[in-house]
Amino acid sequence: MKELGRMHHDMGGQDAGPVDQADHSHPDWEKRVDALMMLLSNNKRRIIAVDELRRGIESLGSESYTKLTYYERWISSITQNLLEKGIISTDELGKKMVEVEEQAKAGHSLTGESE
Amino acid sequence: MALFMPGDQVTVRKAFPPGHVRTPYYIRGKSGWVQKVLGSFANPEELAYGRDGLPKCPLYRVRFMQSNVWTDYSGGQGDTVDVELYEHWLELFDILRKKEKVCL
Amino acid sequence: MPLNSNESILDHYQAMELAVSQLLIEKGYFTESDMFAEIEAMAKRTSEIGAKVVARAWANEEFREALLVDGTEACESIGIVMGPTRLMVVESTEKVHNVIVCTLCSCFPRMLMGVPPDWYKSESYRSRVVREPRKVLAEFGTKVSLNTDVRVHDNTADMRYLVLPKRPVGTEGWSEEKLSALVTRDSMIGVRVIDNPAS
Repeated sequence: MKELGRMHHDMGGQDAGPVDQADHSHPDWEKRVDALMMLLSNNKRRIIAVDELRRGIESLGSESYTKLTYYERWISSITQNLLEKGIISTDELGKKMVEVEEQAKAGHSLTGESE
Repeated sequence: MALFMPGDQVTVRKAFPPGHVRTPYYIRGKSGWVQKVLGSFANPEELAYGRDGLPKCPLYRVRFMQSNVWTDYSGGQGDTVDVELYEHWLELFDILRKKEKVCL
Repeated sequence: MPLNSNESILDHYQAMELAVSQLLIEKGYFTESDMFAEIEAMAKRTSEIGAKVVARAWANEEFREALLVDGTEACESIGIVMGPTRLMVVESTEKVHNVIVCTLCSCFPRMLMGVPPDWYKSESYRSRVVREPRKVLAEFGTKVSLNTDVRVHDNTADMRYLVLPKRPVGTEGWSEEKLSALVTRDSMIGVRVIDNPAS
């Protein structure tokens, strides 16, 4: 029976398979996403509220919600929020993404950590 | 000023708006009792859109008998689920309209 | 093997994060060292902090009572940085077994426990533990007698919950340090209990 009005993230009570108890260690980029959100939401800056992060994740749509990993959802929501607030523009984001790609290709370490 | 007190029997409103809602789908329309008054907080439904969420909303920990939440609950008779709910999602339990037993 | 011009080294989302971070740094919202400092602070937050709190509550009745009244204040009183966290500690006993979930996302008492495990954030746990907690607990090897009520706490709002697990038998007189080594992350979420140590 289709539950009208239930949003995808609001999943309490739905049928699901056994809980996969495997844990995985977090790659650096995930830690950076986490740190990014802490910096943006802390009392010093209050640029993105945690509620805005959540709402952005919920707005991704059920297909994206399922396909993306946890931190992929986070960075998608953070980015959308920053675009909506005019803190970054789509154009500069696009150009910067190409730039970081090219730097990575050139074997350039951007974070100072060795590859 | 909080409307409800510990021990008050309450029903969760049955509404399904889109937007950022922190009242889980599974608890809407269910009845339980206020276990604790937690203070007042900015409304997350508004904070989610970059607004200030004021005035602050009273928040309650409400306890529900699992047997009242799920028609097919097969655990212990005394099993419960506690959910934190904002005041505007709660109404006083109307004993005339509802037949279920809210608390043990 | 050389890359062709369309291949990426970086995943799309990794590139997004790096680009966003770089732009924000360029615009002066924070610095790269702010980022490093935050990552370092996060690394120090592990469930060992929670374990120390549990051990103290077991060993010190006054602290236990304070913890159950106001978790944040009690933790701050022993030097734990809680930030904006409003901590509620729920005690498991012979009569009640507590288990924590955030069905809507992944709210977790990170200042005491670090980042939540993947399973805590999974669709399966979030969907099922609120509806069939005893079955989910059994998957974790935890069987709760029908004489004990299972109480699920759904972190839907501003509080963050931590379970104070039942103190195992045979630990009387143990030091806090020895006690805290027994306390696991999963016991403070409530999916596992702490076994009595072998005598």
